[in-house]
Amino acid sequence: MTLFKKSLLVAAAIGAIAMAAPSQAQTFKYAFQGDLGSLDPYSLNETFTLGFQGNFYDALTAYDENLKLIPALATSWENPEPNKWIFHLREGVKFHNGNPFTADDVIFSWKRAQTDGSDLRGRAGQIASMTKVDDYTIEATTSQPNAVLMQDLTFLYIMDKEWSEENNTLEATSPSDTNTNNYANLHENGTGPFMVVERQPDVKTKLVRFDGYWKDIKSNVKEIEFTPIKQAATRVAALISGEMDLVYPVPVQDWQRLDEAKGVAPLTGPEARTIFLGMDQERDELLYSNIKGKNPLKDQKVRAAFAHALNLDAIKQKIMRGASTSAGTLIAPQINGYNAEIAKPYTYDPKLSKQLLTEAGYPDGFEIGMDCPNDRYVNDEKTCQAVASMLAKVGIKVDLNAQPKAKYFAKILATGGFDTSFYLLGWTPGSIDAHNAILNLLHSVNKDAQQGMFNLGHYSNARVDELTGEIGKETDPAKRQAMIDEAFQIVKDEVGYLPLHQQPLSWGVRDGVSVVQRADNVLDFRNIVVPE
Amino acid sequence: MISFIVKRLLQSVMVMLTVAFVAFALFNYVGDPISNMVGQDTTFAEREQLREQLGLNDPFLVQFGRFVGNAVQGDFGLSYHHKQPVSNLIAERMPATLELSFISALISLLLGIPLGVYTALNRDSIMTKIIMTGSLIGVSLPTFLIGILMILLFGVVWRVLPTFGRGDVVMLGWWSTGLLTVTGLKSIIMPAFTLALFQMTLIMRLVRAEMLEVLRTDFIKFARARGLPRRSVNYRHALKNTLVPVITITGLQIGSIIAFAIITESVFQWPGMGLLFIQAISDVDIPIMAAYLVMIALFFVVINLIVDILYFLVDPRLRVDRVSGSH
Repeated sequence: MTLFKKSLLVAAAIGAIAMAAPSQAQTFKYAFQGDLGSLDPYSLNETFTLGFQGNFYDALTAYDENLKLIPALATSWENPEPNKWIFHLREGVKFHNGNPFTADDVIFSWKRAQTDGSDLRGRAGQIASMTKVDDYTIEATTSQPNAVLMQDLTFLYIMDKEWSEENNTLEATSPSDTNTNNYANLHENGTGPFMVVERQPDVKTKLVRFDGYWKDIKSNVKEIEFTPIKQAATRVAALISGEMDLVYPVPVQDWQRLDEAKGVAPLTGPEARTIFLGMDQERDELLYSNIKGKNPLKDQKVRAAFAHALNLDAIKQKIMRGASTSAGTLIAPQINGYNAEIAKPYTYDPKLSKQLLTEAGYPDGFEIGMDCPNDRYVNDEKTCQAVASMLAKVGIKVDLNAQPKAKYFAKILATGGFDTSFYLLGWTPGSIDAHNAILNLLHSVNKDAQQGMFNLGHYSNARVDELTGEIGKETDPAKRQAMIDEAFQIVKDEVGYLPLHQQPLSWGVRDGVSVVQRADNVLDFRNIVVPE
Repeated sequence: MISFIVKRLLQSVMVMLTVAFVAFALFNYVGDPISNMVGQDTTFAEREQLREQLGLNDPFLVQFGRFVGNAVQGDFGLSYHHKQPVSNLIAERMPATLELSFISALISLLLGIPLGVYTALNRDSIMTKIIMTGSLIGVSLPTFLIGILMILLFGVVWRVLPTFGRGDVVMLGWWSTGLLTVTGLKSIIMPAFTLALFQMTLIMRLVRAEMLEVLRTDFIKFARARGLPRRSVNYRHALKNTLVPVITITGLQIGSIIAFAIITESVFQWPGMGLLFIQAISDVDIPIMAAYLVMIALFFVVINLIVDILYFLVDPRLRVDRVSGSH
């Protein structure tokens, strides 16, 4: 009996191996440091989750390899009046279950994205109303002119109305008990090139190619297996051992190891995220400093002294292994509105820095507390330590408080009462457009209007505030660019922020596998080619 | 006997309540759950609304009371991160952890006992000295490092074992097992050894000490004097007498193997409860953290209760005391 059982087992095992073997050639396996939050496209407005979901869902528009806007489920669109938009939808598109894609699905999705549990209410809310003209035409109105509406819609994925109704998942997945049916959290029915066939949160997600995809794509992959691997050392080992075709992120200090290992190589490139330092310019006395009764950071000379004390080149060479791009403004070259002239970094000049501090009345410098995350950005804590030692050379003694992101953000954000004097933060405009950065980082803090909510140091300039509103409405590209330039130039002249760099993207790829590394760190399966 | 068990059960409930209370008191210091649940563009009004819906604005005692009230009905709430019932998540992950713990307990017994016997019988051999020194390394090196070293050697350099995960699993009802597939068996070797190393060293040293003690006793000397074969004296008489404390310790250690699987699971990306917990910490997923801690407390409490009952049955003195006490 036991012998029989054993042989049965062996037979089953052999069968499993035999069945798995033929598909091996075009299976793509990869690992990331975490899992996507949910399969529900409206549950988390975060780039990794939305980027992953973009492989089984489509939106009206999409980004290509270079983050340029391209049509997707909408073939074209018009903006006949400032607040009026017309979307022409693609015909012949099918959802994974075979249902046809029509205007009703778009209107349903837009409504669902505004339900209580949705984290995409901000994107969906750009549109005030939507009406169906015919099955493949939609008329939409916005509450105010919006130059980047189509960019905002790239991550607003279209769900199937019939499927959602059948499965009673009419509201976005939410962790609170208000929504009892989280069907879309673990199931999908999109129009994308891949279908999710197995979903074990935090363990494994398997996708297979959807043969009825509406577009020709260059990928030859038939099956995708995604595993989140939290530990960087394990992730890198899984790549070198040949179990993975791609892993990311790879710690910067492991690049050399990948170069030396056989059959794998690091793949690096610039990320659209800008890392910068912010300074409290509002309080009359800093929360964390030995200077009492006044706030030295309110003095532009002191802020300029900080700027000229930072040796960005050293940070780039020593901490980022030469792979970052030193920055002089808060947006990256990939972002719409970037101007290379403004993006030149402040000069490194410790003498000037010393002199400015003396002029400001701090010849011996002062002490200041600095907040820094240690698990959020590439080598974030090391960057802060480097900043601290550079400032020490001009007499500014930095007391560094580096902590995990969960605690860090709880402390410094609006919810924590902006509890910081000096901090490091990174920002990628979700719409890949400068307006998002200007609104969140440069505009004066206004809690009611939700403006400047990530302007943690309360930088404030009336002209910048005025420009923010104008840039949001202006649809003429040249006029718009001039206003964006003006806003960033003002901030630069006033040293409102201390930009550091665009950090590098750091992936590890098996030889022969071809992928496209998008600057927003999104892996688009449409571009993966594996050796046959 | 029954009053003893009831008393212990009541104490156990107190222990679990205390664990839950301490856990909840600590949750105020692990960070803000909301900022991990929404994207950067989410407005603060929406964040505040979410916080209100989840009851995070309520006073600490209200939150704790609500948790206990739901927990006694078996409801641990929805995970903030996964948006699924916590009890489902834990049930899905439990087989992985229990299999890993069971295999490593088995390894530590199967290797620890023979090594202990060998080192006790051959006290001065070079092999013994090597084993004893090696065991020091086993105790003093952190699990994390051992795991990474094993991954480097067996996964990356020799490429004989998978570096992460659980391989293919087979569902037996609701229980997922990796012990029936080739990849599953290969995958469990490294994590199980990593987890077993400390326990193995402990058992080996315990067996050795007990053996040395027993070998000195009169009945062993007498058995030898009777001319019984060496084998029979060493294994049938001596070893048998050392096993009582070994069994007790092993029983107690099973609890800690399950609880301390966290590090091993995270090094090997082993999809068990420990990994779920460590992920929950970085996501500030309070419902998972609370349920996991209470459940681990339950494991310990149950194991201790069983051990206590066993003592009660085995040790007549304890029984007499209790009986006379109740009169």
